[in-house]
Amino acid sequence: MGDSRGAVVGVDVGGTFTDLVALDPARGRVRLAKVPSTLDNQAFGVMHALSTAEIDLAALDLIVHGTTTTTNAVLERKLARTGLITTAGFRDILELGRRTRPQAYGMTGQFTPLIPRDLRLEVPERMDAGGQVVTPLDETALRGAAQALLSAGCVSVVVHYLHAYANPVHELRSAEILRELWPNDHITLGHALLSESREFERGVTAAANAAVQPLLDRYIRRLVDELSGGGYSGELLVMNGNGGMVSAAHVSREAAKTVMSGPASGVMAAAYTGRRAGLENLITYDMGGTSTDVALIRDAEPAVSNEIEVEYAMPIHVPMVDVRTVGAGGGSIARVNAAGLLQVGPDSAGATPGPICYGKGGTNPTISDANLLLGRLDPSRLNTIDGGIGAPDIAQIFDRKLGQPLGLCATDAADAVIRVANMKMAGAIRMVSISLGADPRDFALFAFGGAGPLHACALARELGIPRVLVPARPGITNAIGCVVADLRHDFVRTINTPLDALEPGRIAAILREQADEGARLIAKERIAISATRQLYSLDMQFIGQTHLLRVPLSDPDPDRATLQSLFEKAYFDRFRVRLDTIRANVVNVNTSVIGTRAALDLSALLDPAARKPSLDQARTGARPVFFDGTWHDTPIYRREHLPAAFALTGPAILDQMDTTVLIEPGDRAQADRDGNLIITIGPRHDP
Amino acid sequence: MTLDPITLTVIQAGLQQVCDEMDLSFSRAAFSPVIAEANDRSDGIYAARDGALIAQGAGGLPVFVGTMQYSTRVLIERIANGKTPPPQPGDIYIVNDPYLGGTHLMDVRFAKPFYRGGKLFCWLSNTGHWPDTGGAVPGGFSASATAVEQEGLRLPPVRLFKQGELDSEIFSIICSNIRVADQRIGDVQAQAAALLVGEDRLNALMDRYGDDDVAQAIAELRRRAATQMRAFIADIPRGRHSATAWIDSDGVVNEPLAINLTVFRDGPDLVFDFAGSSPPCMGPMNSVRATTLSAVYLAMRHIFPEVPMSAGAFEPLRVRGIENTFLDAHYPRPVSGCAAEVSQRIAEAVFAALVPALPDRVTAAPAGTSGNFALGGHDPARGRDFVMYQISGGGYGGNATHDGLSNGCSTIGISKAPPVEIMEQAFPVLYHRYALHEGSGGAGCHRGGFGIDYEVELRRGTALASFVMDHGRFGPQGVLGGADGGVNRVTVTRNGQPHTPPHLSKEQDIPLRAGDRVHVRTPGGGGYGDPLTRPPQAVCEDVRLGRYTPDQARELFGVALTGTPPEIDATETARLRG
Repeated sequence: MGDSRGAVVGVDVGGTFTDLVALDPARGRVRLAKVPSTLDNQAFGVMHALSTAEIDLAALDLIVHGTTTTTNAVLERKLARTGLITTAGFRDILELGRRTRPQAYGMTGQFTPLIPRDLRLEVPERMDAGGQVVTPLDETALRGAAQALLSAGCVSVVVHYLHAYANPVHELRSAEILRELWPNDHITLGHALLSESREFERGVTAAANAAVQPLLDRYIRRLVDELSGGGYSGELLVMNGNGGMVSAAHVSREAAKTVMSGPASGVMAAAYTGRRAGLENLITYDMGGTSTDVALIRDAEPAVSNEIEVEYAMPIHVPMVDVRTVGAGGGSIARVNAAGLLQVGPDSAGATPGPICYGKGGTNPTISDANLLLGRLDPSRLNTIDGGIGAPDIAQIFDRKLGQPLGLCATDAADAVIRVANMKMAGAIRMVSISLGADPRDFALFAFGGAGPLHACALARELGIPRVLVPARPGITNAIGCVVADLRHDFVRTINTPLDALEPGRIAAILREQADEGARLIAKERIAISATRQLYSLDMQFIGQTHLLRVPLSDPDPDRATLQSLFEKAYFDRFRVRLDTIRANVVNVNTSVIGTRAALDLSALLDPAARKPSLDQARTGARPVFFDGTWHDTPIYRREHLPAAFALTGPAILDQMDTTVLIEPGDRAQADRDGNLIITIGPRHDP
Repeated sequence: MTLDPITLTVIQAGLQQVCDEMDLSFSRAAFSPVIAEANDRSDGIYAARDGALIAQGAGGLPVFVGTMQYSTRVLIERIANGKTPPPQPGDIYIVNDPYLGGTHLMDVRFAKPFYRGGKLFCWLSNTGHWPDTGGAVPGGFSASATAVEQEGLRLPPVRLFKQGELDSEIFSIICSNIRVADQRIGDVQAQAAALLVGEDRLNALMDRYGDDDVAQAIAELRRRAATQMRAFIADIPRGRHSATAWIDSDGVVNEPLAINLTVFRDGPDLVFDFAGSSPPCMGPMNSVRATTLSAVYLAMRHIFPEVPMSAGAFEPLRVRGIENTFLDAHYPRPVSGCAAEVSQRIAEAVFAALVPALPDRVTAAPAGTSGNFALGGHDPARGRDFVMYQISGGGYGGNATHDGLSNGCSTIGISKAPPVEIMEQAFPVLYHRYALHEGSGGAGCHRGGFGIDYEVELRRGTALASFVMDHGRFGPQGVLGGADGGVNRVTVTRNGQPHTPPHLSKEQDIPLRAGDRVHVRTPGGGGYGDPLTRPPQAVCEDVRLGRYTPDQARELFGVALTGTPPEIDATETARLRG
């Protein structure tokens, strides 16, 4: 193992496309591929991407893979048949949840538990909150339950007992017994992934792990077979939702950690790109067809949370990059409501029928259609669609459905759709940012995804964000995240101790233990790392409070006075409240151990050979684009042809493989050494 | 000039954003778990002239949807007639008087004047549920109170902050009259800081769009919200839509209380006539005017979630006939049940009246009780007193397309129930069961959701158990041929002897010793449509999953099942369904 990097492939399976990026640092070569995803067996799409990019598998050292296998399985409930064995009296915990409803208004809702009621069996056993045995484990009942689940066709099992976080002895004993009876390794213990109180959240996390484990296991086996059949003998790593990678050999043990790993890799790419660009505080903005993902990166570290609910009543409490889904996507539908006001979203035309401009039968005006009418998207692309939808057809629908009720022409109606959509998205991004304690004006906006770079400048202006970063390859950001990701392990220890009762050295001892465990896990991987670093933090609160505030620690052995003042400062920065009469409580002690891989040069992502010597030569034409109430003749550039150094002032359009970057009037764009666009936002131009 | 609809939309979104940021700030900084975790709070912007609701945070507790505009209006009136001193910039008023536009005493409102160019432009106000405001029992929910003084400290509007500074004299009076006072400063600061956040954000909005345009937009948005609500009203068939909803008892006198409601269109408006409802009651199941109106608004918003929260949306909703009923109680009637229980029953009356008229939009009755069980006692192992609250959910009503949700939150709330493990860490109790209340979903073509069934034992020391719940006598109403949901059942086992409260799900201070148990089974939702039209396969599945017994399948749904796992006996089912 050295600390230089060999040839590496990142391949990310998304809902629609499987993206691949191959970097060969030795030869300075980059290859890209984008092929349709094959969701039934994602391995086909992966192999197709590898062959499309003409990758020589035998010469490759490393493949890092992001997969949606487990995410889709959970969200669509296409799960392995899984049984639950739990404490007598508590089999319905997974179904009852925490007494909620999906929306504040509307007394309706649907919820399907991960494990159906007939496969949730109870055994006599009980631990109290102090970890003392109240009722001993009934081993005969346990054996009976296991047999019953096997006869019911279960291939995976969860053992989830009350207060096992305080004393796991019953879960551990149950595992011993199950290993005699259960025909495979798919045995998940409730306390194994998350050793914290709260039986619903811990139970769902464990149940999700058990229910996706056989699926991930099977998928990885298939992929490994396909790869080795193709001559590959290197290492395969899989992305986790925390933005770190683990080897394929270990990944299915903690399969739940791969849920939501797709969005995480995009954020990792953003953090890496931003660090190289000298922009370490970023809000990432990934706008797709139906939704938009937003995340916050501070000091080049993405925010990670252990408390993510991946959908209504589905808390999977393993560390995940804190990606929030907000507001609108390109398919969000615009309509005029009964108050005569324009409304954009929340419903979406989705992928089918999609926006009108897709020509697949969509008849509702959407954000994408508005972009097209305003010249922001290329109207000539319509001609390639079989449906034969033309811009005049779209204009007619805008006129009828929006323009007439609002008293506007089709163009002004489309402009209004964009204004309202941007306002709503900006508001949603602002809420994400302040809920994480950050003022968006202190950040740069990292725009990617199909539609992100089209709206980024307007959103940044709305939010008071001074700069926008559009990476070299916004359409394959997740795959880039795979190749740049580090090894990462996160540890949380709940101590729930008032600061005044904390023995000196206790925090330091826990942090050291966590750091050592992380180093041990990283050493097990067959991957070259250049350095190991630790991120230390405490989750604290004032005594009597329930919310936690994360306080980063630079010194792993802080004294009490330092902790109290660090916390008070963090609290004041966040809430503008000073409470000097109340003492603090330390709830969690956290360490993230990161095995940093050797730096990877991203400057080849845009082929240097394709660059033209001057801006004029990169220009492919011009078209009228509507900004601020008038049409501007707007130059169009081919992104790949832009010279290494240039500066241009909007309006301008940059076209590339699967993205259009829109630079609004007054905004100034230039490129950095990696080919990222850095756009400086000009003053607001309200009409 | 008039504003274009796009600027209007943009200003509307901007006002909403101001309120949402206030909500977020309040919850994140609050101490009380009731506010921080359960979001039992709300923030909004109110008109300078009459307190009319301009905008309110989307994440606020539903029961506050209409209340703060009344408390702000009362404040404005009292300032005008000299009962309350006029504001200076930086002042924040505090008030919790239920009869001055409130709910129960625990909901403490703050109001801050917002100035532009030296002139009062509007009010910013918020409400937060404090864990205690004094009174006979910790937490304020006394099932047997007969006067408001027993329920806690009552504050008329006074300036708790004067020109930005906390008045420590007033605050010390408050702290001397409430429990766990040492942490209240955290909630007070959080509640005030949220208003400051609102002030900053509203200033930014007005700087950007101009004071005149924002003022004009506010007026126009109010008109348009009324238009929007009237457009929905126009879809309701004409005629008189009537229903009665029942409260089991007031906790003191063991007789049912009736909410008689007739809903009808009057021109473009919708009238809610409560004439003939029961008179004010002895016990705490009275409502006050602001809460009653708010309950009607929140019910309509459950039916039409699209309508913005704005005074304009409420204008076409005219409530009458509440005078001299328990829905408009006056001093000194006890009111601690108004927000948590009576408001839910008012909403149930609105649902029941309108479901035949709007069968696609309205559901059968939800569980409709907050399931408040309080246990206060002494823990000898820790040498200290404790007060534990267990709130619980119940089933939702079936609707036109689906069965009801199980263990949903109360109609007026959005909060999560605490985990069993957290309860056992904090209190000397052991839960024996936390399960689905089998059989409780009201039968219907789309059945109701299920309540929960929990049993908890006191492990050490002694304690007093109190219950303020409802739907023990009458289950949540089924509609359009559906059956009522299962009733709330409370059983207390003392010294091995089962005891059922005379008021079924209300009783104050039942003494418990170690080993005694409390068993609660919460209501299921009402059924929607004729149970005999429920697909037999769906009934069979419910039986297979143990939600109903085979006997219940036969009696309630007319489906005959045989064997294990159950299979449908088609011939017998056809005969049963005749």
